[in-house]
Amino acid sequence: MALQSLDILRRSATPTATPQARNPMEVAKLIDVTTCIGCKACQVACSEWNELRAEVGTNIGVYDNPIDLSDQAWTVMRFSEVEENGKLEWLIRKDGCMHCAEPGCLKACPSPGAIIQYKNGIVDFHEENCIGCGYCISGCPFNVPRISKEDNKAYKCSLCSDRVAVGQEPACVKTCPTGAIQFGSKEDMKEVAATRIADLKNRGYDNAGLYDPQGVGGTHVMYVLHHADKAPLYHGLPQDPSISTTVSLWKGLLKPVATLGIAAAGLFGFFHYITVGPNRADDEHDEHDGSAASTKETSK
Amino acid sequence: MQVTRRQFFKITSAGLGASSLAVMGFSPTAALAEVRQYRLARTTETRNTCTYCSVGCGLLMYSLGDGAKNAKAEIIHIEGDPDHPVSRGSLCPKGAGLLDFIHSPGRLKYPEVREAGSNEWKRISWHEAVERIAKHMKADRDANILAKNEAGVPVNRWISTGMLTASASSNETGILTQKFMRALGIVATDAQARICHGPTVAALAASYGRGGMTNSWVDIKNADFILVMGGNAAEAHPVGFKWAIEAKKQRGAKLIVVDPRFNRTAAVADHYVPIRAGSDIAFLGGIINWLIANDKIHWDYVKAYTNASLIVSEGFKFEEGLFSGYDADKGKYERGSWSYELDAGGMAKSDPSLEHPRCVWNLMKAHFARYTPEMVTNITGSPKEGFLKVCEHLGETAKADKVGTILYALGWTQHTVGAQNIRTMAMIQLLLGNIGMPGGGVNALRGHSNIQGLSDLGLLSTALPGYLTLPNEKAHPSFDEYLAKNTPKAVRPDQLNYWSNTPKFMVSLMKWFWGDKATKDNNWGYDWLPKWDKLYDVLQMTEMMHQGKVNGLIVQGFNPLASFPDANKVREAFSKLKYMVVIDPITTETSSFWQNHGESNPSDPTKIATEVFRLPSTCFAEEDGAIVNSSRWLQWHWKGAEPPGEAKSDQEIIAELFTALRDLYKKDGGNVPEPILNLSWPYKDPKNPTPEELAKELNGRALADVTDPKDPTKVLVKKGEQLPGFATLRDDGSTLCACWIFSGCWTQAGNQMARRDNTDAGCGNTPGWAWAWPANRRILYNRASCDPAGKPWDPKRKLIAWNGEKWVGADVPDFKIDEAPGSGMSPFIMNNEGVGRLFAVDKLVDGPFPEHYEPMESPIGTNPLHPKVVSSPAVRMFKGDRERLGTAKDFPYVGTTYRLTEHFQFWTKSVRLNAIAQPEQFVEIGEVLAQEKGIKQGDWGKVSSKRGFVKAKAVVTKRIKPLTVNNQTVHQVGIPLHWGWEGVAKKGYLTNALPPFVGDCNTQTPEYKSFLVNLEKA
Repeated sequence: MALQSLDILRRSATPTATPQARNPMEVAKLIDVTTCIGCKACQVACSEWNELRAEVGTNIGVYDNPIDLSDQAWTVMRFSEVEENGKLEWLIRKDGCMHCAEPGCLKACPSPGAIIQYKNGIVDFHEENCIGCGYCISGCPFNVPRISKEDNKAYKCSLCSDRVAVGQEPACVKTCPTGAIQFGSKEDMKEVAATRIADLKNRGYDNAGLYDPQGVGGTHVMYVLHHADKAPLYHGLPQDPSISTTVSLWKGLLKPVATLGIAAAGLFGFFHYITVGPNRADDEHDEHDGSAASTKETSK
Repeated sequence: MQVTRRQFFKITSAGLGASSLAVMGFSPTAALAEVRQYRLARTTETRNTCTYCSVGCGLLMYSLGDGAKNAKAEIIHIEGDPDHPVSRGSLCPKGAGLLDFIHSPGRLKYPEVREAGSNEWKRISWHEAVERIAKHMKADRDANILAKNEAGVPVNRWISTGMLTASASSNETGILTQKFMRALGIVATDAQARICHGPTVAALAASYGRGGMTNSWVDIKNADFILVMGGNAAEAHPVGFKWAIEAKKQRGAKLIVVDPRFNRTAAVADHYVPIRAGSDIAFLGGIINWLIANDKIHWDYVKAYTNASLIVSEGFKFEEGLFSGYDADKGKYERGSWSYELDAGGMAKSDPSLEHPRCVWNLMKAHFARYTPEMVTNITGSPKEGFLKVCEHLGETAKADKVGTILYALGWTQHTVGAQNIRTMAMIQLLLGNIGMPGGGVNALRGHSNIQGLSDLGLLSTALPGYLTLPNEKAHPSFDEYLAKNTPKAVRPDQLNYWSNTPKFMVSLMKWFWGDKATKDNNWGYDWLPKWDKLYDVLQMTEMMHQGKVNGLIVQGFNPLASFPDANKVREAFSKLKYMVVIDPITTETSSFWQNHGESNPSDPTKIATEVFRLPSTCFAEEDGAIVNSSRWLQWHWKGAEPPGEAKSDQEIIAELFTALRDLYKKDGGNVPEPILNLSWPYKDPKNPTPEELAKELNGRALADVTDPKDPTKVLVKKGEQLPGFATLRDDGSTLCACWIFSGCWTQAGNQMARRDNTDAGCGNTPGWAWAWPANRRILYNRASCDPAGKPWDPKRKLIAWNGEKWVGADVPDFKIDEAPGSGMSPFIMNNEGVGRLFAVDKLVDGPFPEHYEPMESPIGTNPLHPKVVSSPAVRMFKGDRERLGTAKDFPYVGTTYRLTEHFQFWTKSVRLNAIAQPEQFVEIGEVLAQEKGIKQGDWGKVSSKRGFVKAKAVVTKRIKPLTVNNQTVHQVGIPLHWGWEGVAKKGYLTNALPPFVGDCNTQTPEYKSFLVNLEKA
């Protein structure tokens, strides 16, 4: 039952190549912030479809609620009141996984098959393989994945891979009242975005543009912004996100070195076992150390 | 970069451990990459319609089980119906969370009673509940029904028990409730329409002839300019608002929002213009003045299709803030002078040159000349350039090929001048030639999913189905007088004057009420109908309760404690009832008004003797039936699951109550038994009439062969057949029809409301989807989309046209189909002048032209237009309530209440998904005021009026700015209203403790939108 629904581009911590013969279409979700009314239908539809229920929270003086992403809230609306060109604007951005072409989470993930990137661009978490280390969080330039306090596993938007796999659009896309969220091939979404940007420029938004950051190889969730030159206005959206150098290093330079190191350690262990005899490992200590590290990561 | 030793360790060692295992051959199995299994593969899909607002979005409900007898269907998922022409698969946050409504922990499962003085609910059987309620009702009715008034007129009026009806129930429930109530003699009854869109019906009917939204949701996409004012379409009707965005995207339409708050509609608008709550007529009157001064008038349209040229009676005057005919003692107008000057033949005189000083045009021009841009900004606080921007954009649409629309809702209705707010816009759209046009109209965005239907079905104190009036004891003591006064004569030559058919509608309705018992000899049972003496609207009813004059209240799908103004007064009023019956799918504050919830509901149960019965009803997902959306579409929906516990449909509950009462009257006799015993109740199961039976009665059928009046040998409809439409109704007793405007909804061809052909016939019109009243017309007054010669004003917006023989096109012509252009017949066929009314003659109680009056609680305490007449002189106010008005000295800020897009009224606080999206009560305060008060983001604030207070979290925002009004600074405080103590959201206060107990002059819709408050840090 492996690869029949969606073809896999890559899996976390899995060097074994996946079949690459088929070339399915790359998909994308386009979020037109300029026609978003912040109604949160996408939030609700996401939770309904994915059978998630966050706690009923409190109001902290803003419209945002839930106030942050969580294992039970895979997308949230971020409201920002800004004054641009002497005009008040209420910028409302749907926050959630960007489904990067070069996913920092996947690259950082040490657990085989916990993070999957499908060839259509979806980056999906497979919680049964998640070890709760939290590296995906440090790997993510958008601060999206969240570890559940219940099961210590990482969760985020799946772009409704289950729906997309059977030919449906994601739940948030379908429900969006104003059509601010659209879904289709990445190529088509760029065209839709171009039409929107032309309209916005006509309406005086000279810096309107598409947010498809190349620092992460482009994304399969893109934004149309009125002020593409000022992404941080939108509740701190990074202007030029990139995968943290730590993660890049690991996957790039350090991985072969470390692999060699481990292989050497393995060989050493083998010869040590042959020549000296069995060695007792302090498993308990290692585990404690590991979980402390992951807690620190999540709290960042 | 910096890599710490620890990070290096993590990166290289802990992380690599796993992948290195793979290198060494421990490759993960392929199963690691399976997506989640699709949830819906073998579920059962049922079509339904969203139960919340009046957009009427299509639903796909998915339930477990395949219908096998041993499987119990359970709805597990709901999403939008992509075939639906309006919603196209979308659902707003409320619709998207419907699953949690169906499965809400607040769903009622069993009948319960709260005994007098008790502090708890007790489960009882249905049998006990029905017996006890019927006994209460009969005892009260027998003791208090008035059989005849002092003049000896049979009035059959029972006012000591009132009833509120359910805005989300189906038409079929609604019509059965109508039958039930009127047979009992209940006139103290209202639906949600009273507290939301009452003024819409009054204003639009007075202007155009019908009270409904003129165009349709999808049609908004045809607009070149969209004004959102007196409403917040993006938040209140998100899916309908799709089509405003579509107009922006596809046509480059401009969108302007005028509102006290920069709201979520403003977030996607081209311009936002702030305004002081309660000053809309000044703004709109200023637009009229600007359009006239700048000659932005669609002259051909105005001359042909409005009453601009008609001459007004000599006695009509407007001086110092008062129209002619004011009686200061009564606080009312005598409206005789608000009329046309008639010629000898009874026709209104006209001056097509518009030169006559008393023609409507010149009176209007003079009336609004006072509304200069300076006056507008002084009263409204709106910046002049913003005001002028609205004028300019609207003015552009005076061109024949440019069309603008207006989307409004409760921001205009909920004022003492509510109907006149809407009237002003109705006039503007006539001046611009935007009525009847695709992309035009005055689009009243109705509130609840079937409040349009309940209005259509006459579930209001003085109404009968199809906008017929319930007889008044003075005006209509006899059937002949009823017909004489409600069958208008044309006042211009050659007009269709459709209300001339009133006798056909009324006789067919009476045949539905009384069946074979209605005969020509007994005037079709006219005397059995209750006759009203005064309007028993919700304010009047509550006032009577407060005075201890009411014993019983039946509350069907309504939450009056939370919904009515001055909640503290309402609670006191309820405490004086002997019995209350609440029929609802979920828990409501009303049903538990006797509980003590601290300072938010300080009741003492031991001192409240009211017996409260709580009956569980089905919700939308558990029943068949039709509801009417804002565009007048009757959409049929299907049951997807059984209700929880012992819940029953409203129809079954009403029928059980009725049959129990009828049995008591049969067995024991009683006072005025005739209307009960003679009521037609022909349902196969008298205790559970089916939606199909009732829907067929709404359409009507022939009781004898109906023949062609031109050729009596030609049978149009055979005896026993369903009628094809209201044109075949007769006044001789040969037809039965429960609601004439719905005739055509279930014909011999079957259920037209269940049709699902979404083919676009042109301009986004989908005549094959569901069925719209009247006669499946989608855009009202569409004859006016063509010039007098029958050619579309704008060839690109061709909806209908004259083809040489008849009117044809994408829509059903709202006109006599074979009436050739040039015949003299005008497009507004319900008006007896045939034209749209700039001057509303005597149709409204507070003036034929709109005039700005201050809210009852005014922050400036004066009216810059006429300081002697500050607020509306035609307001009805009870003595005690006048004393409960505050002044700006103690309550310096303008409070305005509203709804948030995440919630629907007081329902969705019982819905987990919506409680998550907006969990806790808050108030919105501008940064300047917050700073003055020392209130920070997220602090607790206390907002109080003369009548009560709420404590809520503070949302401090840039989106509400202080305004300068009449040279003083005015702060506005925004108060969303969704909270209470029932439900899964955080508990909160009843926002409606704040607004005053006073309503719109014409309809008594309360003034929730503008009153005075104080604000403190709590």
